[in-house]
Amino acid sequence: MQRSLVQLTLVRFREFIRQPEAVFWTFVFPVLLAVGLGLAFRSKAPDKPKIGIVTSTPAATSIAASLKKDSTLTVAELTDSAGARALRTAKVALLVVPDSGGVRYIYDPQRDESVFARLVIDHAIQSAAGRVDPMKVSERRVTEKGSRYIDFVIPGLLGMNLMGSGVWGIGFAIVDSRSKRLLKRFMATPMSRAEYLMAFLFSRLFFLILEVVTLLGFGVLAFGVPLRGSLIQLGVICLFSALAFSALGLLIASRAKTVEGVSGLMNFVMLPMWIFSGVFFSSSNFPGVVQPVIKALPLTSVNDALRANMLEGTQITALGVEMAVILAWLVVSFVLALKLFRWR
Amino acid sequence: MVTTTPALVVRGLKKSYGDVRAVDGLDLEIRSGECFGLLGPNGAGKTTTVEICEGLLERDSGELQLLGLTWEKDADSLRERLGIQLQDTQLSEKLTVAETLELFRSFYDKGREVSDVIDLVQLDEKKNSRVGTLSGGQKQRLAIACALVGDPELLFLDEPTTGLDPQSRRQLWSLIEEFKATGRTILLTTHYMDEAEKLCDRVAIVDHGHIIAEGSPHELIDSIGATVPAPPPRASSATLEDVFVALTGRTLRDE
Repeated sequence: MQRSLVQLTLVRFREFIRQPEAVFWTFVFPVLLAVGLGLAFRSKAPDKPKIGIVTSTPAATSIAASLKKDSTLTVAELTDSAGARALRTAKVALLVVPDSGGVRYIYDPQRDESVFARLVIDHAIQSAAGRVDPMKVSERRVTEKGSRYIDFVIPGLLGMNLMGSGVWGIGFAIVDSRSKRLLKRFMATPMSRAEYLMAFLFSRLFFLILEVVTLLGFGVLAFGVPLRGSLIQLGVICLFSALAFSALGLLIASRAKTVEGVSGLMNFVMLPMWIFSGVFFSSSNFPGVVQPVIKALPLTSVNDALRANMLEGTQITALGVEMAVILAWLVVSFVLALKLFRWR
Repeated sequence: MVTTTPALVVRGLKKSYGDVRAVDGLDLEIRSGECFGLLGPNGAGKTTTVEICEGLLERDSGELQLLGLTWEKDADSLRERLGIQLQDTQLSEKLTVAETLELFRSFYDKGREVSDVIDLVQLDEKKNSRVGTLSGGQKQRLAIACALVGDPELLFLDEPTTGLDPQSRRQLWSLIEEFKATGRTILLTTHYMDEAEKLCDRVAIVDHGHIIAEGSPHELIDSIGATVPAPPPRASSATLEDVFVALTGRTLRDE
């Protein structure tokens, strides 16, 4: 390896690690985001429905007594006015009041928990009154890793991180050097332009390994996120994704003269992908007419490929469309960047 | 140093930016081993001329030869043999002095030891300091060290002392004189006439994109000495600054 290539690559490392904020956003922030989202959306049993019952008649008192034995319910005995207040302030999801010859359910049909409470309480009251179900039903309960929100969001965060550090890491450093006339100064030396760009690539690939291992390691150890696909193929997906985003960063930075200018440009390019490419929620939530556009975004393909590998164990050979989109972005961005790039 | 090839030959150089003729038929010949000063007001075309010579700008027309070579045929070899300090370069603030010089040294096939160059520009005590912590004078000495680390035969210095305090200026002057003493060639642009007078063997005054006067500082002073209006009893002590102002006018020009 050329001495100058070693030196140029060292410069990339030095500039990166001597910038604590860059280290934070690249390595710490994605993990913090994963922790926050993992805690906020952790899997837990649905809350027991809170039922209020107005015990103004002896019949109602005996219903309340039998309901209290049911462990799937939380039951509060209330007076008429206290019951109405509890319902209004959402202290109870549903209010049971005695009615002529039976009971009446008072609830808001637009609240999920009230609708759920309606089903549970009705079953409990009818069973207590002697209803027998005509169909025999058996249950098997399973909890599947891979179907939780954290399993969905970790590959998304990885994709987002690959995009951010590729586009920012490359684009910012180049435009910063251009705005400080350092690129121009280098042009006046025998420095090889190819080596200058290769140094970015080498340092990018090194940091890529750290980023992927940090975030996935954290996901696996802290949340038990599954890695069902081939790890080598996962590495290949990450590698090409990082290259594609680096090429995109190079393209964005090819002309910009100021850091402010390139920041705006980067946000303009990345913001739609943060929203549409299925980082935090599935991109299939968007209407069908925009789906072809969403599918063509590089981050959508990266996220889809990462999820297919990690959660479903899909072979890379079955991810032809996604890999083709990633490769197309890589080649087109890189060729355009080389055509447009200004050294001064 | 006696060499037949001039270090730099410029003939009929022209460069326009839109309607503005930045360089308009400029001729220049710099002998090997001399320190040549390019003087002129802001916007006279000094920096454009220098950057064309450095291979950083394309010229519209004219001939250009450096060390007997041309940018069209011998760009790689020229970059090895030229040392350049630009007016507005900011070196990376996150790197140390030594790291910056190691980087620049690595670009050249042959050159000087980084530690020697650090010695030369008196940055020993600062060699492990980040560039961001250096003073203006220290940064400028580092910029010149970057130009020297490839052991150049021809050194371009574009306003190297602008904005520096007198001490830093003098330190840079002795650095330039040391380089000159090794028999190599310097092209220097400056606003400071005392600087040109002290350092340069010959100077040229540029205005509106071409040379309006050329010669050794003393020749130029003599040529105008008698016509400097005041004060008559001390006419012989006219400085190069008088020449400069007489030739380019007294109006202030800002870029």
